[in-house]
Amino acid sequence: MCGIVGLFLKDQSLAPQLGNMLTDMLITMTDRGPDSAGIAIYGAETDGKTKITVQSPTPDTDFVGLADELGKSLGSMVGQTDNDTHTVLEVPAGQFEAARAALAEIRSSVRIMSRGDSLEIYKEVGLPKDVADRFNLSGMSGTHGIGHTRMATESAVTTMGAHPFNTGSDQCLVHNGSLSNHNSLRRKLRREGVVIQTENDTEVGAAYLTWKMMNGATLGEALESSIDDLDGFFTFVVGTKDGFGVVRDPIACKPAVMAETDQYVAFGSEYRALVNLPGIEDARVWEPEPSTVYFWSHNNSPTTHEKAA
Amino acid sequence: MKDMDDQIPRTLPIQSATFSNPINAEIRRAAATGIYDIRGGGAKRKVPHFDDLLFLGASVSRYPLEGYRERCDTSVTLGTRFAKKPIELDIPITIAGMSFGALSGPAKEALGRGASAAGTSTTTGDGGMTPEERGHSSKLVYQYLPSRYGMNPNDLRKADAIEIVVGQGAKPGGGGMLLGQKISDRVAEMRTLPKGIDQRSACRHPDWTGPDDLEIKILELREITDWQVPIYVKVGATRPYYDTALAVKAGADVVVMDGMQGGTAATQDVFIEHVGLPTLSCIRPAVQALQDLGVHREVQLVISGGIRTGADVAKALALGADAVAIGTAALVALGDNDPKWEAEYQKLGTTTGAYDDWHEGQDPAGITTQDPDLAARLNPVDAGRRLRNYLKVMTLEAQTIARACGHNHLHNLEPEDLCALTMEAAAMARVPLAGTSWYPGKEGF
Amino acid sequence: MQTYDLEADGLRGLNSSLQAQSAETNQTNWEIVNPKGSHAIAVGLDAPIEVTVKGSTGYYCAGMNQQATIKVEGSVGPGVAENMMSGQVIVDGDASQYAGATGHGGLLVIKGNASSRCGISMKGIDIVVHGNIGHMSAFMAQAGNLVVCGDAGDALGDSLYEARLFVRGAVKSLGADCIEKEMRPEHLDILKDLLARAGSDAKPEEFKRYGSARQLYNFDVDNSAAY
Repeated sequence: MCGIVGLFLKDQSLAPQLGNMLTDMLITMTDRGPDSAGIAIYGAETDGKTKITVQSPTPDTDFVGLADELGKSLGSMVGQTDNDTHTVLEVPAGQFEAARAALAEIRSSVRIMSRGDSLEIYKEVGLPKDVADRFNLSGMSGTHGIGHTRMATESAVTTMGAHPFNTGSDQCLVHNGSLSNHNSLRRKLRREGVVIQTENDTEVGAAYLTWKMMNGATLGEALESSIDDLDGFFTFVVGTKDGFGVVRDPIACKPAVMAETDQYVAFGSEYRALVNLPGIEDARVWEPEPSTVYFWSHNNSPTTHEKAA
Repeated sequence: MKDMDDQIPRTLPIQSATFSNPINAEIRRAAATGIYDIRGGGAKRKVPHFDDLLFLGASVSRYPLEGYRERCDTSVTLGTRFAKKPIELDIPITIAGMSFGALSGPAKEALGRGASAAGTSTTTGDGGMTPEERGHSSKLVYQYLPSRYGMNPNDLRKADAIEIVVGQGAKPGGGGMLLGQKISDRVAEMRTLPKGIDQRSACRHPDWTGPDDLEIKILELREITDWQVPIYVKVGATRPYYDTALAVKAGADVVVMDGMQGGTAATQDVFIEHVGLPTLSCIRPAVQALQDLGVHREVQLVISGGIRTGADVAKALALGADAVAIGTAALVALGDNDPKWEAEYQKLGTTTGAYDDWHEGQDPAGITTQDPDLAARLNPVDAGRRLRNYLKVMTLEAQTIARACGHNHLHNLEPEDLCALTMEAAAMARVPLAGTSWYPGKEGF
Repeated sequence: MQTYDLEADGLRGLNSSLQAQSAETNQTNWEIVNPKGSHAIAVGLDAPIEVTVKGSTGYYCAGMNQQATIKVEGSVGPGVAENMMSGQVIVDGDASQYAGATGHGGLLVIKGNASSRCGISMKGIDIVVHGNIGHMSAFMAQAGNLVVCGDAGDALGDSLYEARLFVRGAVKSLGADCIEKEMRPEHLDILKDLLARAGSDAKPEEFKRYGSARQLYNFDVDNSAAY
């Protein structure tokens, strides 16, 4: 049970303010989710590099010399940018799996939050405002981002239980609702070899999409099939390197409001989240339909399954 | 040869435990009618219950209090978290929600009279508040249900507390369908329904879903009632830890947890007997949730479902509840299932103690009916006095136990005052098996 | 005219001021600025006053209204005018889900579109939507009139009781036990009155009427799939 916000910029002149706008939206959704908060932000990328955002409960010890040790292990240069309990490691493209294995060896207590060319995920337990402050989220820039405030239902209030969930390279997902078949689906996906780290229902939703895409589905197709295969109540917002998507279950009880102007597409669990966006007074504001996949892309080429609203 | 045959021992007819006569009768009834069995009365099957717990009275290591002379208080205040006017009760036993419509007007009046005389609260039910009920109840809790039958802001403001009903022990997760015999003119008008129809009930509230929405709903109700009265959230016991925690996060003042033995509301037998948790098993997880959130005793916990005696009250409180609610027991105190109506129970195809078709409106005791002739059988003044007497007896019984355990207030009872007779009860109540220091699931063993 | 800045002065002060107004009040006109999507704005009113909300609101705006006329110059979140008893609520923009839920009386006008579950469990309220309505609208609606000048979404009027539904445009699908019914002169009169009061120039003759087939009123095993 939660609050979701999302912001996809059409006008890149707003990019330096993305973190600021998204942070304001996130804090507005505190009542819906006071337990933990997180943000996925698609920022700058470096050619030939993959970003791995990792978290540690003891950054003071874990992050010291981490890039050097990882670089030695991989036999290449690794960049490191610390941010509170998180650090972003830049490894050569194609070396993610090797880096994951090496990290498990050299720092077993760090946990991978995300990986991708441009994606970084920051999430922690605590009030959204405090989480935003510790990472200085409002200072971040990027092309699009998704945020989440969590009121935990049945799974633990932990960093790993916080959203967004990273579902594959440059992919992430947040969820409001409650899935009712996540236990059996988790068992099925684990048998299929998908790594699921928590008892959180949302992670199962994320893993489901990853698994679909591993088997050849586009994100749009994976979202379409989620409508049949996931039981319960959900509003999902997903991010990819180029785009931003929304889908609601057929019953569509969990709230969702969207706004679009020439400058941006924005998502909020409540309209309150959108009220401070520039030009909101004249934006097209609507609610996404049930069982309908919406998708916006910087490439402007949605597939047949990815309906541009 | 014939003589020989007579001497061969024969296989006795053996009734199947799986296909018992009651089961087979139900199969035949379903086959004949095409409708599931609907009844009232909560789960009838035997489940682990408070009877499986015993108190450890004081002796040498602890010292008891003298009965009648040394004080043992019974008061409780519900709704201390946010409400300007919490409900102060003399006894920790309240009357659970039962609707006008399910019950006759005189029966609701009797509940109000009995509860008021005993210093406790009554609760409306589906279908709204009647003036009689308000008038005879010194403290009245107004239920806010998915149907919103008869719901209006004027009655809401007349209430001493608001109980948002998410579920009931008899049917957690259920709406369902009731038969139409009791939709009398007055009931139909109060509910804005055509007379004589089956009542279909929604299982979710019409304008919110989930705890994040519930928080906003609670805000609205508080704004409308000027933050005066406590807001309870009632759930049918299934996932007591999470549901309690989420009710607290959504802003409830009081959590009401109703076990599967609860339920005067009519619903499908299959629902009553196969969905939900025994009352005994839901208290510790609910208390754990309150403790984990640091609000045990600040957000009060009311337990209901199969509370019958002062011992049950004392045990529920010892496990961490702040109060209990009774429904079925209150109806029995009014006169429900009284043997004096045996001949009429027989005519209805049932017997004293087994009568549970409370929704059909033919109650010989005149309690669960809208038939004016039947309803006239219940004198609300006399029935109210019986209920008051019963509540007083339960309270005295609970005090007797609390004093024996050395406590000067019922709320000082604690799990360490208890032991369990069975492994099941030990596991559910998280108190040691009698004579041991162990219960299933206890760490370190 | 009383102007109340919600952002500056808070929800509690707003609602307690509005609720304190009586039938004899001199303060009959109120303007609420900076609503910014806040919840429970102008709930529980019970006086013949006029309240204008300058902007969009969150959940349960005008909830349980009695007598007051509440106008929203923006869009409204879920549950606008829920359980309204009397009075009028007029929304210039769109309404989120549950508009007019369980309302017992009064008139709710949505000048834009209404989302899903518009008029759910309505018990006597009149609702006029100038645009379209979403899925599961008028679910278990008991009494009152729902007028839709545009189109209706899936499962209109599912498990309907005695509420009347009037739709000018297309109905994506009807819910269980909801059927099209004959439009009789008394229905045209109701429509004419409601459209006039709601400021719509739609013609009553352009509408179709839907209502309960009453097949679920008493259980029949042959209908069990519809429950």
